[in-house]
Amino acid sequence: MFKWFDKWTRENPVDIERPAILVGVAGAAVLAAVSVVALGQPFKTDSLQTGPRGNGMSVPEFVSDLAVPDPAIAELFDDSPYVPEEGEELAGDIYQNVQVLGELTDANFNRLMAAMTRWVAPEQGCAYCHGDGDLETYGEDNLYTKVVARRMIEMTRNINENWDGHVNANKTVGVTCMTCHRGQNVPSDIWFKMGEVNMAAAGWSAVQNRVTPLTSYTSLPTDALEKYLLDGDLIGVHDLESRVAARPGDEGVPTIQDAERTYALMNYVANALGVNCTFCHNTRAFYDGGQVTPQWATESLGIQMVLELNNDYLVPLAEVLPEDRLGPVAGDAPKAACRTCHKGYQQPLQGTNVIADWPELATSEAPDYGQ
Amino acid sequence: MTEYQNIFTQVQVEGPAEWGMDNENDLASERIVTPGFSRLVGWVGNAQLGPIYLGWTGMISLATGALAIFIIGLNMLAQVGWSIPEFLRQGFWLALEPPSPEYGLTIPPLDDGGWYIIASLFLLVAVCTWWLRTYLLAEQHKMGKHVAWAFASAIWLFLVLGLFRPILMGSWSEAVPYGIFPHLDWTTAFSIRYGNLYYNPFHCLSIVFLYGSVLLFAMHGATILAVSRFGGDRELEQIVDRGTASERAALFWRWTMGFNATMEGIHRWAWWFAVLTPITGGIGILLTGTVVDNWFIWAQEHHFAPMYDGSYGYEAYGTYEAFIGRE
Repeated sequence: MFKWFDKWTRENPVDIERPAILVGVAGAAVLAAVSVVALGQPFKTDSLQTGPRGNGMSVPEFVSDLAVPDPAIAELFDDSPYVPEEGEELAGDIYQNVQVLGELTDANFNRLMAAMTRWVAPEQGCAYCHGDGDLETYGEDNLYTKVVARRMIEMTRNINENWDGHVNANKTVGVTCMTCHRGQNVPSDIWFKMGEVNMAAAGWSAVQNRVTPLTSYTSLPTDALEKYLLDGDLIGVHDLESRVAARPGDEGVPTIQDAERTYALMNYVANALGVNCTFCHNTRAFYDGGQVTPQWATESLGIQMVLELNNDYLVPLAEVLPEDRLGPVAGDAPKAACRTCHKGYQQPLQGTNVIADWPELATSEAPDYGQ
Repeated sequence: MTEYQNIFTQVQVEGPAEWGMDNENDLASERIVTPGFSRLVGWVGNAQLGPIYLGWTGMISLATGALAIFIIGLNMLAQVGWSIPEFLRQGFWLALEPPSPEYGLTIPPLDDGGWYIIASLFLLVAVCTWWLRTYLLAEQHKMGKHVAWAFASAIWLFLVLGLFRPILMGSWSEAVPYGIFPHLDWTTAFSIRYGNLYYNPFHCLSIVFLYGSVLLFAMHGATILAVSRFGGDRELEQIVDRGTASERAALFWRWTMGFNATMEGIHRWAWWFAVLTPITGGIGILLTGTVVDNWFIWAQEHHFAPMYDGSYGYEAYGTYEAFIGRE
């Protein structure tokens, strides 16, 4: 049909491929350059400096990620406390069996109860802890959820009162049930003992080299949280002199395997906070307290706090929790660690003050309503 | 022009198969496998495949090497309950680990490092007989033993990691696990445990020779390819009978950087850089934990890890609030 075209092509041989490639490559390059200039660089990063200039200590983030605030912040709500009036009747006098919030006025007591429902059991409502009975039965301790909730109120108060140095290290933010629960009965990012993940081997071989979320998908030891955030083992592995007399296997001498476990914990912390090593350490000397950043001290307090929360508050709850709330391997109580609150952010809820409306949770003594 | 810019060999010679020498050592009678030709192989090397000399060293080496690999592989397979899909999924995570520290240099139970010791023993025999093979074959060919000694330098590092250092430390637990990610974990943990290996001067030297080897290899390969049109690929003849290829290559480098190697010298440079990489690295590993337990502190004592002058400049760091745009 196009004989004239074929004939013309045959009679007028032109090298069309080379110029086509040349024009194509040059054109694509120009287009890419123009779009980067006009539309902006899509993978632009910003970084938070964490150490002295020139040694690369910084936490980098994509600008596009920084532009999106933690979606959980939108779920927070204002609920100002009612300033108690002289001679107002207290919850402890009105209701039966009020063990921890008895000193609150009726209005504040119910305000907090309603908030806890929104924070922890928005779907089940009051019945989640108090059962389906009438108001008169609300004093009963028949449900484990109520016993646990009472203990968790005590824990929250302890965190706000005694772990001020960690929680409010930068400014007053405090914690409430929402900090961990985020509208769920059981907070996300809790952890259980994993036991031996490698059944075919014993010793160190049995507790590493597995793809697990708790090891941030590395092949590092799987028992790091258990050893350091429950048993309170020593995290540091360094000798503080250039030469020491010690042999691996001797009591208290850290081995390479211990270093791997410490590395597993550090990896967990870094991922839980969305940071890197240099957020807390000068990586040329990880151990050196003279070269760490201010965050290192905050973090060390955090580790002590988690140890207390796990041992004094969470582990004992195994007695009251039903079987389906316990760990699948060891039947242990769910435990907390950095990620339970932080959820991948440097500061939980990006440093939003959540305690302002809840003086009842800020202290185990009489709440301060700013009177 | 583009003829020269090719990642594949441009010339493939194919004739009757080359059998090699057959002198007083009965070299030919010990060769097995009828030679064949492969165009694909010819793109990256000599198109002729085979014959091959196995000999007693090759037989022992292959047999013990295969045993070591099988022990490691079957241990990994046992760790995932003999499930092939899990083996493939977690393959890079799995490892045959050395014994736990409490066993010291005693023989541990099979499931806590025992298999590791057995696999290591077979691997040791495999590597050493393969080394002997390179030595004996060179001798039969009346060659220098340069390849054998270069290989020996790599074996030195291998022995330091798996034999000498664990013995000096008094524990097999110090050895390196056999696994993809696990051996990388070991490397990181080793550096961290001993206070940052980057401050180990022998580690520094090893890096210098490693990167130096890479640089020399690239410079030499480029130079020879660039003068092969003048016969530069006949490197050995050009050592004693310098032609225009050598002249041009020499002039190019002398005029570029004031100094040039010779056709012989460049090969000595390359050999020594390559060989010194594992030799210095092995010394550095051997000193770690035995002589020096914290390299950063050691480096401060020897004045090559500077201390900061105290001007941390905190005021310039910026706040988290500003970083996330919530100020």
